[in-house]
Amino acid sequence: MSKSIFEHSSPGCKGVGLPPRDTDIPLDKIIPQKYHRQSAARLPEVSKLDVMRHYIELSHKNHFIEKGLYPLGSCTMKYNPKIHEVLARHSCFTNLHPYQPESTMQGALELLYELQEDLAEISGMAAVTLQPSAGAQGEFTGIKIIEAYHKAKGNTHKTKIIIPDSAHGTNPATCHLVGYDVVELKSDAQGRCDIAHLKELVDENTAGFMLTNPNTLGLFETHIEEIAEIMHSVDALIYMDGANMNALLGIVQPGKIGFDIIHYNVHKTLSTPHGGGGPGAGPVGVVEKLLPFLPVPMISKDADGYHLDYSHEKTSIGKVHTFYGNFAVLLRAYIYVKMLGAEGLRRVSENAIINANYLMAILKDYYHIQHLEHCMHEFVADGTRQKKANGVSTLDIAKRILDKGFHAPTVYFPLIIPEAMMIEPTETESLASLDAFATAMIEIAQEAKENPDLLHGAPYTTPVRRVDDVRAVKQLDPIFKIEE
Amino acid sequence: MPYISNTDRDRREMFDKIGVKDFDELIQAIPEKFRVKGGLKLDKAMSELEITNKIKSQTCKNLSCGSVNSFLGAGVYDHFIPAAVDSIVSRPEFYSAYTPYQAEVSQGTLQFIYEYQTMICELTGMEIANASMYDGASAVAEAILMAVRKNKREKAILPATLNPEFVKVIKAYTEGVGIELLTVPSKGGVIDLQALKGMMDESIGSVVLQSPNFFGNLEDVHLFSEIVHSSEGCLLIAAVDPISLTILNAPAEYDADIVVGEGQALGNSMYMGGPLFGFFATKLNMARQMPGRIVGGTLDIEGKRAFALTLQAREQHIRRAKATSNICSNQSLCTLAATVYMSLMGREGLKEVAIQSAQKAHYLADELAKVPGISLRYQAPFFKEFVIQTPLPAAEIIEKMLPRGIYAGVKVGKNELMIAVTEKKQKAEMDEYVKAMQEVSNV
Repeated sequence: MSKSIFEHSSPGCKGVGLPPRDTDIPLDKIIPQKYHRQSAARLPEVSKLDVMRHYIELSHKNHFIEKGLYPLGSCTMKYNPKIHEVLARHSCFTNLHPYQPESTMQGALELLYELQEDLAEISGMAAVTLQPSAGAQGEFTGIKIIEAYHKAKGNTHKTKIIIPDSAHGTNPATCHLVGYDVVELKSDAQGRCDIAHLKELVDENTAGFMLTNPNTLGLFETHIEEIAEIMHSVDALIYMDGANMNALLGIVQPGKIGFDIIHYNVHKTLSTPHGGGGPGAGPVGVVEKLLPFLPVPMISKDADGYHLDYSHEKTSIGKVHTFYGNFAVLLRAYIYVKMLGAEGLRRVSENAIINANYLMAILKDYYHIQHLEHCMHEFVADGTRQKKANGVSTLDIAKRILDKGFHAPTVYFPLIIPEAMMIEPTETESLASLDAFATAMIEIAQEAKENPDLLHGAPYTTPVRRVDDVRAVKQLDPIFKIEE
Repeated sequence: MPYISNTDRDRREMFDKIGVKDFDELIQAIPEKFRVKGGLKLDKAMSELEITNKIKSQTCKNLSCGSVNSFLGAGVYDHFIPAAVDSIVSRPEFYSAYTPYQAEVSQGTLQFIYEYQTMICELTGMEIANASMYDGASAVAEAILMAVRKNKREKAILPATLNPEFVKVIKAYTEGVGIELLTVPSKGGVIDLQALKGMMDESIGSVVLQSPNFFGNLEDVHLFSEIVHSSEGCLLIAAVDPISLTILNAPAEYDADIVVGEGQALGNSMYMGGPLFGFFATKLNMARQMPGRIVGGTLDIEGKRAFALTLQAREQHIRRAKATSNICSNQSLCTLAATVYMSLMGREGLKEVAIQSAQKAHYLADELAKVPGISLRYQAPFFKEFVIQTPLPAAEIIEKMLPRGIYAGVKVGKNELMIAVTEKKQKAEMDEYVKAMQEVSNV
């Protein structure tokens, strides 16, 4: 195991120094004693080289895209183009302050304006806000817009939002955060929204419906027209969770087929880095009638140039971010869209779909798959066959995959499929890479039969063996105990 | 085609295996009438060379703080960032890694988050920190929501000296769930403690304190805390500048219950205000009410030290509608920058950053106060940011200083200009600012 950075600490050691003081006024003279800190913050004292060695050592313990495939369903771990990283680090972007005069950041505002326009076109919506910091905050923004819409119309009786049982956890959590009751919709035998059940659930109190499309089973929700009709008949809005928008680029524009609101996860669809858990960005698109409710500011354009536009502040839901969103992340998304263009984006979705179907076609002989029709960009296999016959769980299979040099799929989700393994290879994987992953999965199915204990004990080759996460909860240890 | 490895031949081989003749057959589930006709209307695709030229031309339309003498702050600060920070953060091992749910292949990410949590607890004096929130604003909002979970009281008091952008975000986060926000007024640039006393009763669930406050002034944190805690069970939420904490009271020293703040100043570029990151720390007895991801130490099956995400039963992917927050992705890579930054600057270095920022800010304030017509707006002690009263409208001063290559500050009132100074400012740059101010305000 690696030492902690605190264990590298040696009193008096310094990584980086500052120039000598050129205005040396004693601290007591400028800030009265009663505001002074009593005991020092025990930050580490480490040389620059040792800091570098420490974090490089830690970096070697991660799986990452350039090392190997990440078949994470719904999370869309695709290649992150290096040109994004280089261009986004230009000092004329990194050193921009949000309160600079508008005239001094026209270049940045122009990029954001064009991205707003492009994302509106791709989603078929009237306009897009770039402000939300991540997909879940995009959902929050969208549901706040639903709330504002009903408030403006005097729809005070709207208290609930309907969400399918296959939805991401963020959907119900978001509705709860905004103050809505969540009603769960069943999936039908084909893995899609149960329309009969939906008709039972919808009433005058329904404020909206949140739907992931393609859904988390990797299936396109074919009944969207009927769903839209049902929802709009009670003046409820339809929100599309765009987590899987990477399957629809240039194929379907959600705003043109009945959806009222959509969020993008730019770290999924538009290939900005996941960053080990963020930062992302969650732009939100809306149809015409919802424009007054978008957060402020929007980026607008007139004869004088580009502006931070607060003109609709009175009707807006307000702000979800201190400033204008995750600019550096949006910059990468901008470059991605510009480099791919219409044809390239469509090709992304096509190949995502082909790659997923190819893997499914191979793996269906070795793992149970509930919904065998052609999938979109992902499919859900499961470990029920292995569990029943060999006592091997999906967790065991997932951990064994790590030994083979791949990341595990998304496991135990969606909740409606027991022992689920949600697999999304993404379009950036080659045929050879898919074959290598399929071979590993086939080997594991074989190992499950011949030597289940091998799987119970996996992984063996990773920087640590199977980690005890129950202990992490029961004996909570959230900070390093610094000894001095 | 960029970023796609499969050739047309590969595609044909794959179609054969799948058992379809072409792509269209794969998307039969999508009704024909839903499909895009004639392609998306986007610009023609650019090559890497073309986009590079395009972006370069865009950057020329910006005048960044790197090429002017900037005194802008108000929540985002231009502190020095050692080169080694970017060298770590730009490693794909970190930036192209996924959220560390599979602990065995994510020990690098998990361990740096554990170290980050430790550093945040050292600065704040708290016992547990999460892996980050989106920004300081949403961190304060989530702290108020957490306080309601803890004591079930649905009123919160915000200080009139709180960052006004935070207030907007807090409103968006709290209005739908029935939380009533009250505002305690200020006097002389700090909170009117008598007024606070008068507002306290047992219906108040939490009180937010920002110090240094939005105007840069230091609140009387000890008295403030005493008043808040005189109401049993009421929680004190402190929003703080992490840089200040190496020299100013750790929030634990005045008994804050939840400590949050904007973390950008710790090793992250300003980037026009995003990405930022919010830090969030509290006492162990509130661990289960916290929002966001938390990393904990544990062991692997061989008894080797390891790290894993912990207390996940609070989170949306497990608890769904009953989760403590809807947050999923956070600002992980920004906290890596902060962790490497704090390691490089170290105990003494970070203190030196705070001291030099304070010294320089006070030098500039003293010099500006000598300019005829200009005075300090407040008498309260301040840290690295302060407000001056200007003889001309602040907007006019900002405009007139611009051609001199100076971002004069942020307008906070008609004739009030807020000025931020960090350790990066040289004495000569401040003298230049004073001289320019003399010239533009002497009309």
